[in-house]
Amino acid sequence: MSVVKIEKITKVFAGGVRALDGLDLTINDGEFFALLGPSGCGKTTLLRTLGGLEAPTSGAISIDEKDVTWVSPGARNIAMVFQDYALYPHMNVRDNISYPLKVKKFSKEEIEKRVSHAAKALSIESLLERRPGQISGGQQQRVAVARAMACTPNLYLFDEPLSNLDARLRLEARTFLKQLQRELGVTTILVTHDQSEALALADRMAVMDKGQIKQIGSPAEFFHRPQNTFVAAFIGSTPMNLLDGVIKSSAVQVGANTFAIPALAQGKVSEGQEVVFGVRPEYVTLSSAAGIGIATGAVKVTENLGTHYLVSAECNGILFRGTVPDGNEPKLGSIVHLTPEASRTLLYDKTSGNLI
Amino acid sequence: MARKNKILEKSLSERVTTTIFIALVVSFFMLPLLWLILAPFDGAPSYRLKIPHFGLQNFEEMKLNPYAYRSLMNSAFFSAGTGLMVILVGAPASYVLSRVKFKGRDSFLYLLLLFSSIVTGSAAMVPLFLLALRLNILDTYHGVILVLTGGLIPAAIFILKDFTDSIPKSYEESAQIFGASSFRILKDIVTPVIRPGLAVIFVWSFVQAWGNFLVPFILIRDINKQPGAVMMYSFYNEGGQAVIRLVAAFSFLYTIPVVLMYFYVNRKYGFRFYGGIKG
Repeated sequence: MSVVKIEKITKVFAGGVRALDGLDLTINDGEFFALLGPSGCGKTTLLRTLGGLEAPTSGAISIDEKDVTWVSPGARNIAMVFQDYALYPHMNVRDNISYPLKVKKFSKEEIEKRVSHAAKALSIESLLERRPGQISGGQQQRVAVARAMACTPNLYLFDEPLSNLDARLRLEARTFLKQLQRELGVTTILVTHDQSEALALADRMAVMDKGQIKQIGSPAEFFHRPQNTFVAAFIGSTPMNLLDGVIKSSAVQVGANTFAIPALAQGKVSEGQEVVFGVRPEYVTLSSAAGIGIATGAVKVTENLGTHYLVSAECNGILFRGTVPDGNEPKLGSIVHLTPEASRTLLYDKTSGNLI
Repeated sequence: MARKNKILEKSLSERVTTTIFIALVVSFFMLPLLWLILAPFDGAPSYRLKIPHFGLQNFEEMKLNPYAYRSLMNSAFFSAGTGLMVILVGAPASYVLSRVKFKGRDSFLYLLLLFSSIVTGSAAMVPLFLLALRLNILDTYHGVILVLTGGLIPAAIFILKDFTDSIPKSYEESAQIFGASSFRILKDIVTPVIRPGLAVIFVWSFVQAWGNFLVPFILIRDINKQPGAVMMYSFYNEGGQAVIRLVAAFSFLYTIPVVLMYFYVNRKYGFRFYGGIKG
């Protein structure tokens, strides 16, 4: 229902902290967009700027081609769900949901209709007369979403809405949020520091660091082709192998190991160039014998991941990680041959950190 | 087994000693209170604590004193006025101090607190008297209320600011995003949420003003305007002896509002605060 366009947004706080640094971003109509990044990267500031709670130092924000940079938050027709839900403790659930509607001067009948509709959609009908302090965290979260939904906004802003739930509930709420967003079809922006949440929920996502966007794309792109070493190290449930190397006689020399130049980087590197060789442990398997492009070494650590074991081996001075199916895990200290899948390897420039 | 018994015995004797000790300490503080409750109903009270011959004669006699009941009404007026003024001035000030950050805010607050002990302290009485004289508010109700308010405001701001700090900004921000005006946010969200804090501050100021002797003693000339705290010092007979019957009955009445207020706040808000935020 809405296209959000952010142009060259910069936010410098009073103390001189540069929270947003000339950031450009376009969010498409009906998209579930996730902003991901370590704490202090500026993702929440960006969301608050979109909501109008922070004024940008420079730059422009438009919603549906309309410049809203200096429009008051209330006039933007957006709804925000806060990390702490911000349910008013002195009002019961019904009043909490209807408060924004009262502010927007809807008729009594319309308010009643919308409250009961939102309550039904989120199955919180039985809680309407209770106070926020009398319901559980998961229920509070639903009430907060219902309150946002009843306003029928053009844009939802979610500020880590799941981080206050316990692990089990978080998974349920995640599925439920995604389903709800599909049904409503309203553009949604989610801020999170939990990459699994972003990967699971988002149609597209952006990883931020130090007020800048490091990569924008679909969750699959993030997983398979991180554009720089920052994103590569940040995304993934197991840490990616990122090893310093040099290009030597048409191969990547990492310590005393030799790997083939990844297909993507073919012809783009020169002899002697310093690079970072990257491959996800998920794409590194065990083979029976040593050879070219295979790292051989003694097992240092094995970690149980459920269906797989994460095996870390010291191969000629480097620590190399691979995964092994459950049941085949090697013994500590035994010699293994770790083979990266050739099509899954990536090469980064050492100085810029960007994908070659 | 024997060892266990020994421990039990020891703890028993220890407990008995502790209980006796505590009982002694408590009774030391309880006796005056007991006197306060019993003496007013005793036909012939003295400084001694004794089982009274119950009767309401003392209160009847108090009625004969033309100023006694009136002074309690004055006290109520001074205290309620001061409580309201403290809330009216202190609440907006503390809200701003909590929400707006500026350089030197914290030192400002501590400076305020430092000054607070000066305004109604005895050292400031001469300048306060002169100030009241110049402002022509000597011997008026509002003069006393303003001076008392001035003395309580800094501490009230300090306490309320702390309380407001504990209320998440997201309440206001969410209302802002839903399009509520600043005034509406103050009225619908902020005021109800900080109401327990306001109630505590009101009761606190009320009690402070109720018990204040020095300010009305110096600023009020007219005996018809004197509050209870000052009036109590006038219950002497011609020989210069305290009229215990009057003092006892008056003290009893004088104590009631403060005790009632304590119970009210404790029951309604429990001197602790509630929230709708999951932490």
